[in-house]
Amino acid sequence: MATVLEQPQIWAKELLLNGCQAVAQGVKLADVDVIAAYPIRPYTEVMDALSKIIADGELDSEYIVADSEHSQFEIVKHASSVGARAFAGSSGTGWMYGFEALVVTATDRLSPLFLVGNRALDDPGAFGVEHNDALAVRDMGWLLCWASTAQEALEHVLIGYRIAEDNRVRMPMALAMDGAFLTHSQHMVKLPTQEAVQRFLPPYDLGNRRMHPDNPVSIAPQVNEDWVMELRRQNWEAARRAKDVVAQAYKEYNEIFGNRYVSPYFDEFMTEDAEVVLIGLGAVAMPARTAVRRLRNQGKKVGYVNLRWFRPFPTEELRAALGRMKAVGVIDRDFAHGSPDSGGIVVHDIRSCLYPLTTRPAIANFIGGLGGRDISIEDCIRMFEVTAQAPNRAPGDELVTWIGLRE
Amino acid sequence: MATQLPVVDYEKIKNVHATPLEEFYTSGHRTCQGCESAMVMRDFAKATGPRTVVTGATGCMYVANTSYLTTPWIVPWMHTQLGAGGASAVGMAAGLRALMRKGRIPKEKINVINFSGDLGAADMGVGGISGALQSDYDLLIIMYDNESAANTDIQATGSTTYGAQTTFTPPGSKHRIMQRRWKKNIAPMLAVGHPTCRYVATASATFPALDFMNKVRKALAIGGPTFIHTFDPCPKGWDFHPKYSRELGELGIKSGIFPLYEIIDGHVVYTYDAQKKGRIPVREYLEKQGRFAHLIDEDVEHIQRMVDSMWQEWEVPGVAPFKAGLSVAAT
Ligand SMILES: Cc1ncc(C[n+]2csc(CCOP(=O)(O)OP(=O)(O)O)c2C)c(N)n1
Ligand code: SF4
Ligand SMILES: [Mg+2]
Repeated sequence: MATVLEQPQIWAKELLLNGCQAVAQGVKLADVDVIAAYPIRPYTEVMDALSKIIADGELDSEYIVADSEHSQFEIVKHASSVGARAFAGSSGTGWMYGFEALVVTATDRLSPLFLVGNRALDDPGAFGVEHNDALAVRDMGWLLCWASTAQEALEHVLIGYRIAEDNRVRMPMALAMDGAFLTHSQHMVKLPTQEAVQRFLPPYDLGNRRMHPDNPVSIAPQVNEDWVMELRRQNWEAARRAKDVVAQAYKEYNEIFGNRYVSPYFDEFMTEDAEVVLIGLGAVAMPARTAVRRLRNQGKKVGYVNLRWFRPFPTEELRAALGRMKAVGVIDRDFAHGSPDSGGIVVHDIRSCLYPLTTRPAIANFIGGLGGRDISIEDCIRMFEVTAQAPNRAPGDELVTWIGLRE
Repeated sequence: MATQLPVVDYEKIKNVHATPLEEFYTSGHRTCQGCESAMVMRDFAKATGPRTVVTGATGCMYVANTSYLTTPWIVPWMHTQLGAGGASAVGMAAGLRALMRKGRIPKEKINVINFSGDLGAADMGVGGISGALQSDYDLLIIMYDNESAANTDIQATGSTTYGAQTTFTPPGSKHRIMQRRWKKNIAPMLAVGHPTCRYVATASATFPALDFMNKVRKALAIGGPTFIHTFDPCPKGWDFHPKYSRELGELGIKSGIFPLYEIIDGHVVYTYDAQKKGRIPVREYLEKQGRFAHLIDEDVEHIQRMVDSMWQEWEVPGVAPFKAGLSVAAT
């Protein structure tokens, strides 16, 4: 008689959750030890959800209502330093208020995970999405990735801790999510079982760097010119090693949870034979994909690349994916005033990534959706049209087009 | 009406010979000769012993203490940001508590200590310390007060004595006195505002002998979030010969300009009652420091009057100026 091997159960249930609630479920599954909360829209709902989860006894975690974002981030940094898995988050101006703490969390090589519910920076006050907040940590030794569905958001709490805590990496992780469009829109979300999560995510182990009387270390003494370059170099090496760790984490994630991610770094939509593609971060993927389908119906060879990871930046992967295109349009839901060609932030990284290629696509740049303004399907069609013209652009022509601007 | 003082059961160091010999803050630092703040470090670590974790905010006790590849700390120590003293203690205490509860590290009492300077604690970090003192974690925050931003070359802070010369408050031909703020009364301010905080004290590392170490032990024995403010003569910032550091601390306390007390569960206990013992003139303390060399008699008299009023007019002498009943406006 043949024995049937019992397949371990992978998915526990499916629930209707918004992005913030999905992240809260991820934090619960990651069995986080210390959470520090401070209110600011739109990320706050993750903390509302977590406080209830803890109140109901579903998660055993310290929950601290901090007096400011600076304290909030310092609390999780120091909780992480004693070996606790820690979670915090913020949005917009709150993220910037704690910025000093964000910088040292990376240089101290600690691994808390933060949700950034992307929000425009003050002034003037605006609740809607802009990516300048999360992008501010891009040069500071952070892992930085965007979820574009609630399901992805939950899964990237688990994948995020796994990569951040790996002793080859040891960097903090910012999981970004478009304010309102994802933080507060509901999706059906599959929740993995605790057993499956445990197979994927080992406990946080700081080893000989943890603060404990049995391990009397001195952490972050003053260095000056004697050593600071060597220490920066170690951060640089960790950021480079992160690429291998990312690859391994997704491979194992796919093995346990079914092939959910073709590439860790970005999703390609109808790009196989495409000549003109748009690339962007976050929720703009939805109208962009619809635009692709419409244009494909008209026989246009277009596609969309949904960029998930910004740090580490997928240099080789993007060269392989975009190098053969005729034109690439980069959508920036952010701005970099006074930068080369006055483009957004993302375009500069993509342009410099493609620059060494002998044949490279023409680049167009779009700034749109600022402060939460909708980027419509028609806006995306227009961006495809402008991008298709990019190879004919004369030197000196504008690189940047503002989309959906009232003029 | 006599009030019953709460009894604190703690391991008191009874005399100088009974002081623990073992050092947990030792050689490997480069603080100035005669640095009283360094004595605060040494003494608190001696008092807490080895089952301790420490964070130190940016300031002299970071920069002059810990240079990469050398460290005076035998106990685990970590830098924290200038205004992050309170949050750093909360973070460590929360992490340790969660890990113990979940069985990931052995259950035991680990002393969680943060030290921050006067600028770090009483100015920039006061919000975070207030948050920490509202928490239910066992932690002790020590504000070592050298009355300036010493590390950045002696700038005035909210805790600098009235009239003192600093690099932000130099005497000039038009304005003799640029430091016109009265010292912030941080310890009572924290004690009054945080019912969760059962122990607040002021102290000096060296006067009276053992007083500070025993206050550290008391704070840890009482538990919960606690706060100690130390008074640290700084030869470089106050401009005096390093051999007078201990003596200046004593003069400051005896003149009453820095009152010594504990506030235990809301009860004020004077640990050196300058008023009862007879305050010495504040001039004796001021005149030994270069930072007051530009003051004229009138200024010294002003400071003396302010100190007199602290002890003679304040509702809680030397501690709190509230006038019960007198200043409540009629509505
Ligand atoms: C956020 C921030 N602002 C300014 C500084 C520069 N800084 C370093 S130490 C210091 C003085 C701190 O004064 P205090 O807390 O009294 O400690 P002390 O140096 O007197 O020991 C300052 C202003 C800093 N490190 N961080
Ligand atoms: S400047 Fe003052 S506080 Fe700083 S090390 Fe010297 S004596 Fe100590
Ligand atoms: Mg100071």
